Amino acid sequence: MVSRVGAGDLLYPIFFRGALLKVSSKLKMMGSRRALLALLAFGAALAGEAWADFVPIMPGDPSVDTRRWLRLENDGIHDPTDPDLKDLQEPGDALSLLPPDYAGNQVHWPTAIEKGYINPRSTFSPTTKVVNFLDLDVMRKNTSIMPMVLFPHKKHTVWLDCANCHEQLFKSKAGATKINMWLILNGEKCGLCHGGVAFPPTECIRCHSVPRPASEYVTDER
Amino acid sequence: MMQRVRRGIAILSVLIVPLLLSPIAVHAERGDVVLNKRAEANGMRPVIFPHWFHRIRFRCKVCHTELGFQMRAGSNEVTMDEIVKGKFCGMCHNGQIAWSPDAGCGRCHSGLPGLKSGITGNDETKGPGHW
Repeated sequence: MVSRVGAGDLLYPIFFRGALLKVSSKLKMMGSRRALLALLAFGAALAGEAWADFVPIMPGDPSVDTRRWLRLENDGIHDPTDPDLKDLQEPGDALSLLPPDYAGNQVHWPTAIEKGYINPRSTFSPTTKVVNFLDLDVMRKNTSIMPMVLFPHKKHTVWLDCANCHEQLFKSKAGATKINMWLILNGEKCGLCHGGVAFPPTECIRCHSVPRPASEYVTDER
Repeated sequence: MMQRVRRGIAILSVLIVPLLLSPIAVHAERGDVVLNKRAEANGMRPVIFPHWFHRIRFRCKVCHTELGFQMRAGSNEVTMDEIVKGKFCGMCHNGQIAWSPDAGCGRCHSGLPGLKSGITGNDETKGPGHW
């Protein structure tokens, strides 16, 4: 299905008898508690090896593309017995051609448009003339201990119309909309899209991108 | 005896820790939407709508303003009747922009029986602690 370096492959060598004997004699010298810790560390290191596959690929980086996509019949939601499944495009066939990301669809969608990999239609009807773009960054400073949030209108209006967010989800007036992570993680506000379709809220620093000057942090010490 | 148990635990942990931490990847594509309010009740497979496929070809606003799809999951009442009449999916899936509904029911109705309606795919977040 998915070819990937699994932990099992990496564990295999330790089952060689000679190596095992060497390890066990070493463990005897270390004492059982320390040995246990060492083994745990060893296990974690092996897991780290497995994760090496998943190093973030920066958009535009031509390094080896390790992205893999499941075929539709294996993705856990499509019915493999559906006779029409063969007519559908496989995610990997389309997405592997687009600039990489490690989250979501493993595609960095803004770059895909900016660099011209894709040019999705902006309007359905040829008579729809109004296409709104806005280049305005909004900084939200009230983010507790997290870096501040910089909201770029430009990146959003590439995909969306003003009316998709205003005035229902967000008021146009700065500061008039209550936004917090509780709402977002519950699929409200930003979470309406970033919950399930746009990049996930687990990518903290993509929104919380502007470090605060150290002097602005409030601590208990003072 | 204790020694053996401890060694057993140690060896097991070597086996288990990597398994727990290694990437497990059986999931739908991010943004795949399951529509099953009516499909299965009417003897059809659930519908799977792939966002990834459509956003390569159309910007969000095309469907989410002009076609009349609400952004909030679950807030759209899409019926086959409306689609055939040229509403919602039927605005493009009419044999002109995209294939028409009679091209093969299973192209849309392609989901496993018993799926719950909603957005699936990796990293979904439906409340704190649910990603």
